Amino acid sequence: MAQAVPAGQKWWSGGKSPFHVEYGKLMMWYFLMSDAFTFGALLISYGTIRMSSNSWPNPNEVFKTFPIVGEMPVPLAFVSLMTFILIASSVTMVLAVGAGHNQDRKTVMKYLFFTIIGGLAFLSCQAWEWTHLHMEGAWWGRNPFMNIDGTQSSTNFTNFFFTITGFHGFHVFSGVIVNTIMLIMTWRGVFDRKGHYLMIEKAGLYWHFVDLVWVFVFTCFYLL
Amino acid sequence: MDSAAIATPQTHHADKHSFDTRIIWRTFWILTAITIFELAMAILYYETDFLPKHILNGVFLIMTLAKAFFIIAEFMHLGHEIKNLVMTTAIPCLLFLWFVIAFVSDGASFRHLRNQYDRYELEQSKTPVHKTEQHPEAKKPGVE
Repeated sequence: MAQAVPAGQKWWSGGKSPFHVEYGKLMMWYFLMSDAFTFGALLISYGTIRMSSNSWPNPNEVFKTFPIVGEMPVPLAFVSLMTFILIASSVTMVLAVGAGHNQDRKTVMKYLFFTIIGGLAFLSCQAWEWTHLHMEGAWWGRNPFMNIDGTQSSTNFTNFFFTITGFHGFHVFSGVIVNTIMLIMTWRGVFDRKGHYLMIEKAGLYWHFVDLVWVFVFTCFYLL
Repeated sequence: MDSAAIATPQTHHADKHSFDTRIIWRTFWILTAITIFELAMAILYYETDFLPKHILNGVFLIMTLAKAFFIIAEFMHLGHEIKNLVMTTAIPCLLFLWFVIAFVSDGASFRHLRNQYDRYELEQSKTPVHKTEQHPEAKKPGVE
């Protein structure tokens, strides 16, 4: 899969970029790696606490509501919709990056716009989910849900849920801001003057990382 | 910014061909299919208990890692970068192997020890409470 390079190429003997990418993009990769460890620490501490508990609330019971349909239980449907929205917005982001490679300003703007819409849709879904859980009595330090075996649950469940999805939601929010700035810069022709659209690529990396983290949050909180 | 301009000629044209929209859409369908599969398994388990939960969890973890692989390799394009860059990000992430195993097993050990030595806590955690009984602190703030 790795990009083809001539055999015996001396990458480290000077005069070449050993990673074959622009400096900012490499630093974005390192930032994302450190951010992965931040999220990893949060999710693993959740895992540790959950493993040290004799029982835990059932996600199929807790996350079973959907807007509009009222009281009808539809376990995990809403959060799957959120996952789908984030995956779809990742696709539009890749398409924007691809269009940037072709210096196609109009297409970049179109797909960036769709990506921002996707991000806002995800944030709206999360706002609804949080509001709904809050109305059921869940918040930091308050847990109205029973464990799966009917015993009293601790507040660990809600504390971790709101902290981790909140931290992720904050990343999505930052991503929407970054993408909006990229859209404005593209619109004003900044990247055309520079001659390349590498900034879009860096924003894209961040956006995909947010999607990547959500994949793990989805598994840890809603499936396991 | 200047370094970007210098790097452009090499980084840019070399991998232009690899931004294939066909592959992007294929990745999208793979990710969607995996998510639907996970959802189906979760609901099936909820309705019928067709598998032991720990086996199902193993399936979920494998599916998650598969999704992560596709996002990193295709969307983040790491699969198309040169090996140096792949390794410099992938190798530090191997720390996660230790990180997950050490901490999760520590949690399990703590539960085991507490159940063994704190019988009162164990008894409390095995006593079901009535569904209607609300946690004293579970009331909405501001509502009496």
